[in-house]
Amino acid sequence: MSRIDANTGSAPARLGQFLRVGLSRIGYETRIYFRSADSIFFTFLFPFIMLVIFTAAFEARGKIGAAPDGTGGISVGAYYLPGMLAAGMLLSGVQNLAVDIAGEKSDGTLKRLGGTPLSPLSYFIGKIGQVLVTGIVQAALLILVAHSILGIALPDEAGKWLTFAWVFLFGVITSAFLGISLSALPRSGRSATAVVIPVVLVLQFISGVYLEFYKLPEWMQTAASVFPLKWMAQGLRGVFLPENFVNLEQNGSWDFQLVALNLAIWLLVGLGVSRLTFRWIRKNT
Amino acid sequence: MKLSPPAVRVRDLHKSYGNFEALRGISFDIEAGETFALLGPNGAGKSTAIEILEGYRDRTAGEVRVLGVDPQRGGLAWKSRLGIVLQSTGESGNVTVTEQLTHFAGLYPRPRRVAEVIEAVGLESKAKTRISKLSGGQRRRVDVALGIIGRPELLFLDEPTTGFDPEARHQFWDLVRRLQAEGTSILLTTHYLDEAAQLGDRAGVINDGLLIDIGAIGEIGGADARVPLVRWRDASGTFQEQRSDEPARLVAALVAASGAEPTVLEVIRPSLEDIYLGLVQGSRSGPVTSVATAAALGKDPGVLA
Repeated sequence: MSRIDANTGSAPARLGQFLRVGLSRIGYETRIYFRSADSIFFTFLFPFIMLVIFTAAFEARGKIGAAPDGTGGISVGAYYLPGMLAAGMLLSGVQNLAVDIAGEKSDGTLKRLGGTPLSPLSYFIGKIGQVLVTGIVQAALLILVAHSILGIALPDEAGKWLTFAWVFLFGVITSAFLGISLSALPRSGRSATAVVIPVVLVLQFISGVYLEFYKLPEWMQTAASVFPLKWMAQGLRGVFLPENFVNLEQNGSWDFQLVALNLAIWLLVGLGVSRLTFRWIRKNT
Repeated sequence: MKLSPPAVRVRDLHKSYGNFEALRGISFDIEAGETFALLGPNGAGKSTAIEILEGYRDRTAGEVRVLGVDPQRGGLAWKSRLGIVLQSTGESGNVTVTEQLTHFAGLYPRPRRVAEVIEAVGLESKAKTRISKLSGGQRRRVDVALGIIGRPELLFLDEPTTGFDPEARHQFWDLVRRLQAEGTSILLTTHYLDEAAQLGDRAGVINDGLLIDIGAIGEIGGADARVPLVRWRDASGTFQEQRSDEPARLVAALVAASGAEPTVLEVIRPSLEDIYLGLVQGSRSGPVTSVATAAALGKDPGVLA
């Protein structure tokens, strides 16, 4: 028997069992994600749709960031790509998990799981892993479509891709924990989308996903700076936009240290709130 | 004789929600390997009691041991020895029956074989069908399958056969008998009294948060409630009823007296359902209404000849 008995085994054996079950849950959760029309359309494909719409709608405005004589600058699609990637990170984590877990709470899935020897740790590994897998596939396809169909140039330095890797992973994992935290808010699965989508939508508008961040009023930029989406978008602009675009940023810098700091703070907040609020069921109600 | 400790031990269990007392001090044991049926009307406190035993709710007072463990402190090792079929059907519709059972089997240290469980609940032809595409009764069978996949020592069945057609119900009974033969302890709640009679070793009847009777299925309600009832139409065409411990002798006497075959003759042995209704309605202050109740009460109501 290769199966380890988690219930009588030593601490490392138990941890191994939690990981093994967690990995099996990643596969299970990812399969369910890709079978749900809601998650395919509103989470997975949404950034693609928005990128195509923005590119088509604003093509006529010419290049963004061009000099007065019309030289330089980049296409609308190229400018919006980092924002859409950041939106994908937010949707895959926050929106996807908040709606998903609130639904599992109200349809009895969590109650059923709470009656099995599934450890909450394995459950969380499954959720975070699902967000990572779907988020990575989404980002890879988005970059592929942007490059091969919309003809958007991609960075050619290894350093930029390294920055992309840490901003992306850090951001997606933070988003996932914030999604788990936010899932405690809706009172029912049916109200989940009504609670979660406005939050996510407002953040996208003020954080430089749909509107050029440098054109927003300063108070709005300051407000957005509290939340992680602004920093994810900024970090990704630092990867995908030409170096001279740095002058359009608030401090004239990509501020990668602040990106890391803000994401770290929100990751801790998300971890703490998830730990404090997550229950298989609300007892005694 | 009793070498193993009881599977469930409940002493003076109380549960209040605010000012409402859902359970007002109930006590019972379920011996290892026994099937215990907890009966009672909706709102009597059955689900509250079963959810306290499953660890889903905290009790207000009293003592509870489930497989020797206080459910409020039950860890994963304890949960791996339980099987729970909840009253409401879960969702997770976007996976197939086989996928769902394979996944849940992986959560337990010594699961049953997935194919074996699918066969046991009669879903072989639906093994590769998504759960969302199944009928209500078929989904209920998936619930039962998920309850037994972990090879539980103690199985909670909370109204397991709701939505089953008669054939599925009999198939389910066979499954439960196989589990009983393997030594599984079972706590069953059901509104089908024939099911409780078929499967249960003992039953407890709960009403308004109190256990109003407990005993072997064949003895619950007391001997009086089981006295057979003879019913016939006499020569003048009026119906007559009489309770008798010797119904055959009574019928013979009837024939001897009238010299003819009595019409519409019935000898009725009160079913568990009659006895149960008598218990539940008798424990209320309201007036006794149905004939079944009058019969089950065995208190010789005036209508009897």
